[in-house]
Amino acid sequence: MPRLVSHPDEVKIVSKRFGQGAAKIDRYLELGGYASARKCLAEGPDWIINEMKASGLRGRGGAGFPTGMKWSFVPKQSAKPKYVLVNGDESEPGTCKDHLIFLHDPHSVIEGTIIAGLAIGAKTGFIYLRGEYRYLLEIMERAVADAYAKGFLGKNIFGSETEFQIITQSGAGAYEVGEESALMESLEGKRGVPRIKPPFPAVVGLYGGPTVINNAETIATVPHVIEMGGAAFSEVGSPRNGGTRLFGISGHVERPGVYELPMGYNLKRMIYEVAGGVRGGRGLKAVVPGGSSTPVLLPEEIDIGMDFDQVGKAGSMLGSGGVVVIDDQTCIVEFALRTISFYQHESCGWCIPCREGTDWLKKSLTRFHAGFGERKDIDNIQYLAENMMGRTFCPLGDAAAMPILGFVKKFRKEFEEHLGGKACPFAKHVELAVI
Amino acid sequence: MTDETMTVFSQQLAARLDALTAKYPVRRSALVPMLLYAQDEVGYLSDAVIAEVALRIGITELDVRNVATYYSMLRFKPAGRYNVQVCTNISCMLRGGFEVFERFQQELGIGHKGVTADGVFSLEEVECIGACCWAPAIQVNYDFHDELSPAHVPGILAGYRGRAQAEGKGTNA
Repeated sequence: MPRLVSHPDEVKIVSKRFGQGAAKIDRYLELGGYASARKCLAEGPDWIINEMKASGLRGRGGAGFPTGMKWSFVPKQSAKPKYVLVNGDESEPGTCKDHLIFLHDPHSVIEGTIIAGLAIGAKTGFIYLRGEYRYLLEIMERAVADAYAKGFLGKNIFGSETEFQIITQSGAGAYEVGEESALMESLEGKRGVPRIKPPFPAVVGLYGGPTVINNAETIATVPHVIEMGGAAFSEVGSPRNGGTRLFGISGHVERPGVYELPMGYNLKRMIYEVAGGVRGGRGLKAVVPGGSSTPVLLPEEIDIGMDFDQVGKAGSMLGSGGVVVIDDQTCIVEFALRTISFYQHESCGWCIPCREGTDWLKKSLTRFHAGFGERKDIDNIQYLAENMMGRTFCPLGDAAAMPILGFVKKFRKEFEEHLGGKACPFAKHVELAVI
Repeated sequence: MTDETMTVFSQQLAARLDALTAKYPVRRSALVPMLLYAQDEVGYLSDAVIAEVALRIGITELDVRNVATYYSMLRFKPAGRYNVQVCTNISCMLRGGFEVFERFQQELGIGHKGVTADGVFSLEEVECIGACCWAPAIQVNYDFHDELSPAHVPGILAGYRGRAQAEGKGTNA
């Protein structure tokens, strides 16, 4: 069972029901659950979207798009049915926040989905979980069945004239399916290959109908926004970054875990105070701030607020909020190799720059880490990565290239130390690090 | 659907798959989970499984294979009764994921994608399984085991070996 952690600096909004037995519907109701959905049913779509816009809530999947604005793009009138699609294909290395939401608070996901449906005028919502999360899917399915039994889902939700159905779905292993258009393809029973945009999902989405796709954390946050009021929620975070975030701190820290902190919380403090600092009193070498696709930060670059804008200004991205801490005994070339091995494995092969680029980067880094690299390889690695950027239909190509560019630019010296037939100075996992 | 094709799955699974196809606005949406649930029972996607899934969805076998080959959890050869999946992605790697994987290799005498001679275990090095803050983590079939060190490996294997003996050993196939 994943361990829950706690720190006095936490502001528990989304995680306030964790460890409270709220997966059971009666307990969820005791803790104030489904009041937000009832309120939204009474207030109507325009009111909901205004609250969401006022909240400053931005997409927790990684892109940080304002949720209220996303919902407002869905046309009011549509010949085809509209859909809400919850993205629980949590797969970005360093990210395990949705895992805890599904485990401890599945009804918040259902309630958020209902509210999104009311906002855009959809009668059906889908909750898609990655295939590996079978035990969480079972928890989610039990929660959905309980919500039907109470009349919170179905033809007449909460005794009203409004219909809303929820359908759960299992994936079967694919990082790429976390990309919204690939997610729709997978849900339609196809290979998870991205679609060309435009048209955007808000206009032509699932089964060709207008579709809102939100990350599971975003959806689980929605009932809290309604409960607090959009304006009050926005005051918790930093400017243009409303609310809190479930930051997953992993790697070489004393107390790894998922901590809920206000948007804009200082990264250095997050590592040294909240997570207890670098494990074993070692030195800090680098921090990956928002999941494996976000460019690495050096120790001198981490005195920043963790919100979409400030991390962007520091040359990286807030991404999925998965903070990976790397100590000074770690080989960055090996770390880069493990990172690119993942993207090479997960590239769907649709776009050539991504398919070929990830493969060649993996080959180059494998050889380099084994001590057979040449000086020109360092420039080649950078050149390859630069030529993947912005040249693919979906962001996987960028997600693979960005971190590699960061490692090569910021740790060029460490790459050079692998030259001249020398094996890795840290001498670990040289052959193993290849899938 | 002929009686012959219906023999591939147990009655229980067949009923579950009937319910699955009924729940979507479009039948084909059942395809990916149907393949996974079928694999859970049969052990892998045999030719007979592919044929029955194609009939149930109403698409060609080629279409089914085209989709199935995309997803990393779906397999076309039997795995062990207990499929050990060790994450070595970044968060797990930093906390000893490779060392855990190495220990499993030693204890089982098999490598990546190997199956033990008695069919009880198979081993895989896998990508991130969403347990980064409780690293290093593994999954045995769908069960998570987290905050591991190599020293935990023999105990985990003994537990599953005991279960296999109690249930009658052999592969899922």
